[in-house]
Amino acid sequence: MNLPVKFVLLWTDALVFAMIASIAAFTWYTTRHEHLRAPWRKVGRSATGMVSATVLLAFVLIGLLDTFHYQRALPGDTSSGERRYAPEVLSALDALSETLRTRQERTFSAPFSAFAHSKETITQPDGTQRRDYPRLKYGGAHLNDPAKERVPDIARGALQGGAIAALLWTLICAIVTGVAAAKSQARFADVSGNLWRGELEVPLRGILVALGIILFIALPLVVLSKHYHVFGTDKVGQDVLYLTLKSIRTALVIGTVTTLVMLPFALALGIMAGYFRGWIDDIIQYLYTTLSSIPGVLLIAAAVLMMQVYMDTHPEIFDSVTRRADFRLLFLCIILGVTSWTGLCRLLRGETLKLRELEYVQAAHAFGVGPWRIMVRHVLPNVLHIVIITTVLGFSGLVLSEAVLSYVGVGVDPATNSFGTMINSARLELAREPIVWWSIASAFVFMLTLVLAANLFADAVRDALDPRMRALFDVPSLRRRRRRAGPSTPRVAT
Amino acid sequence: MTDPLLKIEELRTWVGSGDRIVHAVDGLSFAIERGETFALLGESGCGKSLTALSIMRLLPDAGVIVGGRVLLDGVDLIGLPERRMRDVRGRRIAMIFQEPGASLNPVMTVGDQVREVLARHLGLTGAKADRRVLELFESVGIPDPARRLGEYPFQLSGGLKQRVMIAAALACEPELLVADEPTMALDVTIQAQVLELLRDLQRRTGMSILLITHDLGVVSEMAHRVAVMYAGEIVETAPRERFFGQPAHPYTRKLFASLPGPGARDGRLAVIRGTVPPLWTDFTGCRFADRCDRSWSRCREAEPTVHFPIPEHAVRCHLYADGAADEASTVSAGGKPAMSSDHGAAGFAKVHHPLLEIEDLRIHFPIRRGLFKRIVGHVKAVDGISLSIPAGRTVALVGESGCGKTTAGKGIVRLLPSVAGSIRFGGVDLARLGQSQLRGRRRDFQIIFQDPFASLNPRMRVCDIIEEGMTALGVGDTAVERLARVEALLEQVGLSPDMSIRYPHEFSGGQRQRIAIARALAVDPKLIVCDEPTSALDVSVQAQILNLLRDLQDRLGIAYLFITHNIAVVEYIAHEVAVMYLGRIVEHGTVDEVLRSPRHPYTKALLSAVPTIERTSAREVIRLTGDIPSPANPPPGCHFEPRCPNAMPECRAAYPAETRLSSSHWVRCLLYEQQ
Repeated sequence: MNLPVKFVLLWTDALVFAMIASIAAFTWYTTRHEHLRAPWRKVGRSATGMVSATVLLAFVLIGLLDTFHYQRALPGDTSSGERRYAPEVLSALDALSETLRTRQERTFSAPFSAFAHSKETITQPDGTQRRDYPRLKYGGAHLNDPAKERVPDIARGALQGGAIAALLWTLICAIVTGVAAAKSQARFADVSGNLWRGELEVPLRGILVALGIILFIALPLVVLSKHYHVFGTDKVGQDVLYLTLKSIRTALVIGTVTTLVMLPFALALGIMAGYFRGWIDDIIQYLYTTLSSIPGVLLIAAAVLMMQVYMDTHPEIFDSVTRRADFRLLFLCIILGVTSWTGLCRLLRGETLKLRELEYVQAAHAFGVGPWRIMVRHVLPNVLHIVIITTVLGFSGLVLSEAVLSYVGVGVDPATNSFGTMINSARLELAREPIVWWSIASAFVFMLTLVLAANLFADAVRDALDPRMRALFDVPSLRRRRRRAGPSTPRVAT
Repeated sequence: MTDPLLKIEELRTWVGSGDRIVHAVDGLSFAIERGETFALLGESGCGKSLTALSIMRLLPDAGVIVGGRVLLDGVDLIGLPERRMRDVRGRRIAMIFQEPGASLNPVMTVGDQVREVLARHLGLTGAKADRRVLELFESVGIPDPARRLGEYPFQLSGGLKQRVMIAAALACEPELLVADEPTMALDVTIQAQVLELLRDLQRRTGMSILLITHDLGVVSEMAHRVAVMYAGEIVETAPRERFFGQPAHPYTRKLFASLPGPGARDGRLAVIRGTVPPLWTDFTGCRFADRCDRSWSRCREAEPTVHFPIPEHAVRCHLYADGAADEASTVSAGGKPAMSSDHGAAGFAKVHHPLLEIEDLRIHFPIRRGLFKRIVGHVKAVDGISLSIPAGRTVALVGESGCGKTTAGKGIVRLLPSVAGSIRFGGVDLARLGQSQLRGRRRDFQIIFQDPFASLNPRMRVCDIIEEGMTALGVGDTAVERLARVEALLEQVGLSPDMSIRYPHEFSGGQRQRIAIARALAVDPKLIVCDEPTSALDVSVQAQILNLLRDLQDRLGIAYLFITHNIAVVEYIAHEVAVMYLGRIVEHGTVDEVLRSPRHPYTKALLSAVPTIERTSAREVIRLTGDIPSPANPPPGCHFEPRCPNAMPECRAAYPAETRLSSSHWVRCLLYEQQ
């Protein structure tokens, strides 16, 4: 065991990996069943769906990078065979953004600024003192005369990043077109033409454009972030871009792990209530009516505070700050899950009440098939579309509720970066003079993009999966034909 | 003849569905004269409803009229701007729909819904409008119209709702009434009332009716001229007498032959093989060629043009082209196969020991009200029926909707939690068994449902569906054995074994019903309860299923309890008949006894209300007034007394006892008790 790093598996990491495994299994199962694959193919054909999926994937990628945790080995004597590891738990994202993480200023600074945000008393080399904006330790430190050199330097950096992005994007476009051409065995130029006219079945044009926008925004930022704090710094001088990137994982974990916690409750109780009816239904109904009539925030606050006390009295359980923060995140997911299963449960109960009267369920009864088997084989597969729609739609709501809870102070651990904690700190920042706006602005932009992408994707999924929404008719293709058929059969008007 | 009211020329309506464009209406031409009833007859999916919607320009979003003209008094409706079209709809052309329950707004009183039409088209409001609505309600025969005005649709029965629909349609005295299956959702006795009403209104107002239906009986009762639609085209147009006397197109003839009825009793029904071709295919040649017995090479090569055996009779078939004209007259009309079968009474003349004996079966559903769900009454869905089903025979349970026949069927196979009375099956009383004891017995009795689209789990493959019962009841030891049996069963019901890996949505209604039959057969039942197994199917497909059920009975000796409202089907398939009214059996006997010489006034009315093809002038139709009373609150004494044409004061006193008329025929009516 002489690795330079030690991998660390946090609780939420394990759950995230389990979830990825189950999504992979579901995908594998779906691709082998035509009737399951068909609606997803429809999602694949929807331009909004695929563009938002592209954006979501970018977020998920960042979140995943932030999920591989490790501890670095401490330099020192290794001859004893035992390496000692730093107590700090880092992630792959931390490693990639090492410069962002370590280049900490003293306090606030505006985006792209070379100076601090507020005046301080500076002792000059000749011993005199004056009040001025001090130069930052890292931001724009390579400039001799920031007033003159800063803007051209930023422009140069942006151009450089833009050039890399252009190069990369052209390469990706060429590869995608090439693959599409090889698949359909058409000429490269033809496929390319069709692609940019938007006439391919899969909206590759939308995906490529979305990818292009992401690249053209991200790469200049990456280049510039070497020398500047592109989103500014916060009160303790941490780079806001870094905080924002770290917040993505928190949002994703809250959105998905909570779903994982909530699903078993909702599925089991909802289907049982609808199927058995009678006193079982009564008990389950009382349970969720009671639960949903207690204000959620109260319940969550009580639970979180209780856990907080427990953690404070038993500090020996956690060997690092990260573990402690992670445990609190997990607990928040669980308590959010426990309070949020009622809506889906009610929906499933209603649907099951309907399904149990359907004739195929009655036919199974007539064969003496047992109730559990009926629920698993006949009811569950037929309510899955509701489950998928609700969970995907619920995702954005959960991301938002984390922000609200952290703002109230019962959310994630202060050591965990999240949009909620950023917004919470913005409360004081916005009250300062001159105002500090970049922290909340970047949290706002990132959260908006994430939630919007998730919502649009959920819409596309719902359109494809909901049998009632499943449009019988594909109107665009009809219109096209109608235009073609138009001249040959002219309408006669009087 | 020179100036038809509505003239349709080469109408083409396409409906887009994914990559496939459905040519739902493909070059349709016909004309409707003033004061005429023109029937458009066709099986489901042939485009007849879309024709009606095209005329009204009420197509769904994806439907497009791509060509043709719809001339109303010489004005092309297709070219009209939407604003002017709105003046035509409701004012000059009115429409009534299939489902009266779904076409009335549930949160508006029925009076307001008719008033809305009056205000829109005639500008009638206030007291004037109220008077007109009253008049309309009276003219469509709504009893107590002043009270009904302020009621909501849920307070009215199906028949009354359809009357309100008709009243709204007639509000502006339209010149043309488009009736899209106006009686499909109604019972025969109510259907007879509504058809009578339409005929009567036509006599009074002189409007034209475009009647869209799949029911040959309704056509025969109503139409002056008939057009038969098949796969988006009209294949035959003829005046009524000619149409029923000398049908020309092979498809029409097959339709007649596939009707179950007294004539077909001893043989098999003629079936049209296959199903209607999908309308997105490009047709070369005749669309019916693949299903036609008389097709030859030319049918597949050239599309037939319209030929006229006589000027008023148009047929789209190569048989009537100049060269083949002589041949046409030699074709015998109808073409019912005269086949001998041992299915009739002769084959089963031996003594039938009863397989199932039901005694005093009662199924009551409690009505609960209030905070503590107190039981305030019972819906007596089944109120003491006794019936015995002999092995290998078919007993039909006949009645209108709401009479409790389906509940009885489900109660017998114990799909309902608790029943009173006794159900003796092989010496065991099923009504006394608990669920676990029952499981062992479930092999012996199975059920086939009405709607083949709801009775198969859409998420399971056909082989899994059929295998499920075998696994649950322990038929077949290994998976291989069961799979072999699944394939054998599929063959037995006329499907190919390689279909077993497909999903239900890939099958047509008839094929799905075959799968449902195969599923029931999988556990070798001795009795199958068939709950309206053919009522959701087209006539030609119904014939296939009825033939199959009869073949299976002949081969395997299965007994059927056949629940239906279709008298023609009863005549074809049943040995004995029990007529149900409001939870009780009012008459029971062999098919001949009950259908040839019905005794109970209800049976008589029911039989006379069935529209028939043979329009015998001698047939006296007994019109029943009113609707079936609620089973929660049945009338005192004889349940039928309020509607009975022969009611006597004594009828109100007590429910009549059984009166035996012969060893097999009995009736519950005071008329016969006194004799």
